[in-house]
Amino acid sequence: MNSERREMVDGAAAIARGALDVGCNFFAGYPITPASGILTHMLRELPKIGGTGIQGEDEISSIGHCIGAATAGATAFTASSGPGLSLYSENIGLAIMMEVPLVITISQRLGPSTGAATAAAQGDIQFMRWCNSGGYPVIVLSPTNIPESYHLTKRAFKLAKRFRNPVFIATDKETVMTTESVAVSEMTETPDWPEVPDEPVGELLDPYRVNGKIHHYTGSSHTEEGHITKDPSIIADLNERLRQKIESRVDELSLIKSDLEDGAETLILSYGISARSMEAAVNQLRAKGEKVSALTVYSLWPIPEKKILEYLKDVKRIIIPEMNHGQYRQEIERLTNGTIELVGVNRVDTFLITPEEIVEAYHG
Amino acid sequence: MAEMGLDTYIAEENLPYEFCPGCSHGKVLGAVSDSLKQQGLDPTEVVIVTDIGCVGLSDKYFVTHAFHGLHGRAITYASGIKMQNPDLKVVVLIGDGGCGIGGHHLLNAARSNTDVTVLVFNNFNFGMTGGQHSATTPLDSITPTTSFGSTDAPMDIAGTAKVNGGGFVARATAFDKNLPEMINKAMNHDGFALIDIWELCTAYYVVRNDFGRKEMMNYMDSMNMESGLLQETDRSSFQTNYKNVQEQASKQKPMGGLILETKFSSNLDKPIRIVLAGAAGQKVVSAGNLLASAATLSGLWTSRRADFPITIQTGFSVAEVVISPEPVLYSGVIKPDVAALVAPEGRDKIARLTKAMDKTGLIYFSEGLGNVDSKAKQLPLLFPESAQKEVRKNISALTAGYLTQELRLFPFEALQEAVRLIQKPKIAEINLGVLAHFKS
Ligand SMILES: Cc1ncc(C[n+]2csc(CCOP(=O)(O)OP(=O)(O)O)c2C)c(N)n1
Ligand code: SF4
Ligand SMILES: [Mg+2]
Repeated sequence: MNSERREMVDGAAAIARGALDVGCNFFAGYPITPASGILTHMLRELPKIGGTGIQGEDEISSIGHCIGAATAGATAFTASSGPGLSLYSENIGLAIMMEVPLVITISQRLGPSTGAATAAAQGDIQFMRWCNSGGYPVIVLSPTNIPESYHLTKRAFKLAKRFRNPVFIATDKETVMTTESVAVSEMTETPDWPEVPDEPVGELLDPYRVNGKIHHYTGSSHTEEGHITKDPSIIADLNERLRQKIESRVDELSLIKSDLEDGAETLILSYGISARSMEAAVNQLRAKGEKVSALTVYSLWPIPEKKILEYLKDVKRIIIPEMNHGQYRQEIERLTNGTIELVGVNRVDTFLITPEEIVEAYHG
Repeated sequence: MAEMGLDTYIAEENLPYEFCPGCSHGKVLGAVSDSLKQQGLDPTEVVIVTDIGCVGLSDKYFVTHAFHGLHGRAITYASGIKMQNPDLKVVVLIGDGGCGIGGHHLLNAARSNTDVTVLVFNNFNFGMTGGQHSATTPLDSITPTTSFGSTDAPMDIAGTAKVNGGGFVARATAFDKNLPEMINKAMNHDGFALIDIWELCTAYYVVRNDFGRKEMMNYMDSMNMESGLLQETDRSSFQTNYKNVQEQASKQKPMGGLILETKFSSNLDKPIRIVLAGAAGQKVVSAGNLLASAATLSGLWTSRRADFPITIQTGFSVAEVVISPEPVLYSGVIKPDVAALVAPEGRDKIARLTKAMDKTGLIYFSEGLGNVDSKAKQLPLLFPESAQKEVRKNISALTAGYLTQELRLFPFEALQEAVRLIQKPKIAEINLGVLAHFKS
């Protein structure tokens, strides 16, 4: 028996606390299961510390308030689920184009449209990446449990500030709404992840303020002064810069937990809630003497390609459990280009993937 | 005041305007500049938030701060800016098109009375995209999208702001000599201010509908949509109201976590998955919390999921509790080890789970709920004789007590301690009374 202190907490509270602890002072959102818990916490807590937390008339206004507030200096945050992401999407493009720091939690629920509101899923992994017109890069972090929800939320805010870009926390109904006992030490001690550098890529956003520098922020292709332009070379440079500021820093952004075993020919790769079933499956397999490796990907986008490929050197087969029809597997397929056998373990029936299903996939 | 201000707030290096000859937009921008001049504002005090459309080209003509966002959403950005920094004067320039696609932002901003000034460049059509009909297009108008005359009732933008509580609402035209003064008043109003400024799109609406300045004034008369101040109230602004919220909230403690120290011990050597299934109002989820907390107090690891219909006061209520000697990795339950059925709604809801249970499983049922389709062993919930009168009101707490007594996952004292630590004093008192029946 282990006599440490434990906390009973759910992902919604962990995410809200992470945001507050890292200096978030503005939240606007619209209720939706399974993200409403975050909204409730933020609206209750922010006014206590002189911040602003409001419920917008819809997701469009909520993210609009966040972007506006961010240009006036707020550390802004919003949270929703798939249907809300649909409504956010045009403004996510605006935040990219204006280079506004913004953190967005997407608590995934199952299926297209209204779908299954109270079932966990991982079906918006591609949607988060590609929801903006033009297809410009965003950063997506995915926690597997409650302490990671807390720490990755803090990290998301640091990245949003450094990159002046939307950063997603990709979570799900299970992680956000299940109350678990966690070790207090896991909540208080930051995992040993590389620090996010303090200095910005380019310049920090300089907010509108009285007696400050005049700023024009715009969603149109613009000159450095923030004025609309039709000059092809200025437009090309801007677009290229928006892409490169993230894609040229994939290594810095890569965050993976590796659990490798010498001589293992099978590697299981997963993320989010499914990575926990993966870990349970790995424990079961190893207890039976099987050699198996595992990768948990925290930084889903940009894809940590180089790192993943390094881990795949001696691997003959990759098993990829995820609660969708194979959205990340498709990326791994692109990376490995037919050189390694890929096996998906997928579930879209409201149930979590079980460790046993993964063990079964391992045995073929 | 005027001597502090600039002579013009228009960025002259960016002139001439790229609007069509005769377009009213430039006139209104001039009035905005004159108003800023009359108010003697420092350019850094002002944020011009432009919507999309020809009016949306205006940001680059100002020497103040500017924000140019998405179609119809200008008001959402403006209120965000003002919420974050109330020292800034925030002015929205938006078309009739923007007021159509973003109509609910307009009416909700009026409702909240957020302290921004909205100037509507209402030229009765979408200028930028080729003169298509908008929310304010007069009946019978010919546009590329209403070849045989428009049939929808035109939206009264000022009227909408007015009936939804906008603090300051006026209607004007681009030709009004006193437009700068009207803008001054709007900007100095503490709360939502809107001026619906009627004007001409010379490229499209004017030529297709023979609608010049004179016709516009006649139309105003015929619609009884008079020019001038329509409403001025002293209703407090969102900013004032929210300051109050902050002041009250600042007296409260920040959110804390529920920390439980290990005080008891357990011999459990493998995970056990328990499902409590009942009906709304039976406090099933709260019983699940008690079991999970008692286990945590005993050095075990737990997860607790709740499942209930969206219409929370009806139908089933289910709590799934995983208790484990190791941290819980897989928190799902597809084959419970133990199920407790305390209402038909819950029994039916988890039929799939009880059916999946095997011989080693245990199903406890309250009166009348036994005999489910399952290989698991089925046993009645035998509450102590003395507790019979509690069954109707406190069946979930009784069930938690009974399971604790029968399953011996952790000491009974852990359950009582959980009640004391996690429940509100009044409820804890009731539940400790309920659990006392098991003592003898
Ligand atoms: C979401 C979206 N849909 C459509 C458009 C295309 N669009 C650009 S301007 C405009 C209409 C603008 O009309 P109005 O607001 O009246 O401004 P005006 O051009 O008349 O000044 C439309 C529909 C857009 N920019 N965004
Ligand atoms: S199209 Fe109409 S609104 Fe646009 S600039 Fe020309 S006249 Fe003005
Ligand atoms: Mg128009």
